[in-house]
Amino acid sequence: MKLSRRGALKRLLAGSAAVFLVPVSALAKWAEKAFNATKLDEAIKLLWPNAKLEKSDKVRLKAPEIAENGAVVPVTIGSDLPNVKSMAIFVEKNPSPLTSKFDLFKDAKPEFSLRIRMGETSKVIAAVETTDGKVYFTEKEVKVTIGGCGG
Amino acid sequence: MGMKVKVKLAGDQAKVKLLIRHPMETGRRKDDSGKIIPAKYIQTLTCHANDELCFESQFGTGVSKDPFLSFTLLNRKAGDKLKFKWVDSTGDSDEKEVVIK
Amino acid sequence: MIRLLTFVSLLLLGTVSAWAQTTDTTPAEDREALRKFFQSKFPDIPLDAYKDGAYIFDPKARAQFEEIEEFPPWEFDVEEGEELFNTPFKNGKTYADCFENGGIGIAQKYPLWDEKRQEVVTLPYAINLCREANGEQPLPYEKSDLLKVQAYMAYTSRGKRIEAPEPTGKALEAYKKGREYYYSKRGQLDMTCANCHLQHAASRLRYELPGPLLGQTTHWPVYRSKWEELGDIQRRYKECNKQVRAKDLPYQAEEYRNLQYYMHLMDVGLEFNGPSSRK
Repeated sequence: MKLSRRGALKRLLAGSAAVFLVPVSALAKWAEKAFNATKLDEAIKLLWPNAKLEKSDKVRLKAPEIAENGAVVPVTIGSDLPNVKSMAIFVEKNPSPLTSKFDLFKDAKPEFSLRIRMGETSKVIAAVETTDGKVYFTEKEVKVTIGGCGG
Repeated sequence: MGMKVKVKLAGDQAKVKLLIRHPMETGRRKDDSGKIIPAKYIQTLTCHANDELCFESQFGTGVSKDPFLSFTLLNRKAGDKLKFKWVDSTGDSDEKEVVIK
Repeated sequence: MIRLLTFVSLLLLGTVSAWAQTTDTTPAEDREALRKFFQSKFPDIPLDAYKDGAYIFDPKARAQFEEIEEFPPWEFDVEEGEELFNTPFKNGKTYADCFENGGIGIAQKYPLWDEKRQEVVTLPYAINLCREANGEQPLPYEKSDLLKVQAYMAYTSRGKRIEAPEPTGKALEAYKKGREYYYSKRGQLDMTCANCHLQHAASRLRYELPGPLLGQTTHWPVYRSKWEELGDIQRRYKECNKQVRAKDLPYQAEEYRNLQYYMHLMDVGLEFNGPSSRK
């Protein structure tokens, strides 16, 4: 991204009265390569190529300690960081670790709840990209049990 | 396939819950005869408020069947028009519009 | 029967002497004994809480259940079910013509003893009987539109209390058969329903927390995360039998209908809250 264009965008964002209409071409195409990556670090690199991940307590991840059923695991990703550009949830041991990504444009609070699939006990990583290109994350291990008799 | 939306306005914040009927078929499951069931899963879901894009979410096979999404939109008021649209891996799509009460 | 009495009486407090005298107990007595069993074991849990099954005993699991119930996928099935319910058969009649009160707010009465048919009739069975009576093909009991119709009818009964007239005569015989099935050892694993759902309700059995017998019929059909769709209680009966490596019976087999009748009689007076989500 050219510096001058970034500067223009910043000025546009700063003007709160400005009406922000995103042209269709700015809509991200589905991140095929990142979603098809089979390893966690590959997926992260494909999603945010220049990012160095930094742990932060300003990224929140709500997920159960022990998932009732790996097919439907309710999770929430949130952040108190300013200028959030995008957010993503990864499940390290899933066949495709990237589960979901959120690109924020206007008036969207940086917090999303959804239900994800987990194939087995795994680290769940919540990552947040800010407009300065930095990526912050937090992680939590979520256990997935295979039911004994009731399973 | 369908989409259900629940919206609650609290001050100028609209708390939104979406539920989409969709198989989110991963393409890894086999049917009873051992054949792979072809993949069919939502890839993009956009949210517009009064025709302005608020956010775009992208999903992969790691999102549960009958996807649920809950989020908050800021600076909202009664009468605002919200529009949701999803597109899946086979090119199918669906849209739904609601007006905040 | 003596085995049943000994087993159940051993679990009860305060009624052993009366039971030792009799060779049989009425459904009302069984119901009373079952409630006493759970309420003495868990004095802080009100009777009405039992409709949520194992979630009473596991707050972390309950939190996930409540998140899903905030906006459960079965809501679609109820809507689709309503449309199907109101769609006339080829002969112009509808499901409403087969049921009391047009099929609205009556799901909590099933399964019931059908005097004319001289057998126990569950709600899905009744739905197919209705179809056949009106020249339509019966629907499969699993993974079909039948579950959506069942979900809609269940939804119209939410909040009502489970009801059943006290069985006598042939109905009482069916009840007793169902009760006996519940307490009979089965399969390679040589287990009874009671081993998991009475003895181990509220305690871990290989990490599982079995739902207690009390309240187990209140919340069907269920959207199980495991099935990723709606299923009837008999789908669970079939799974349980497979899991203890016992003979699997087809849907709506007489044994399953009698078993469900027994369980239903145990829940009389509890709040009906179908459809519901489970793991």
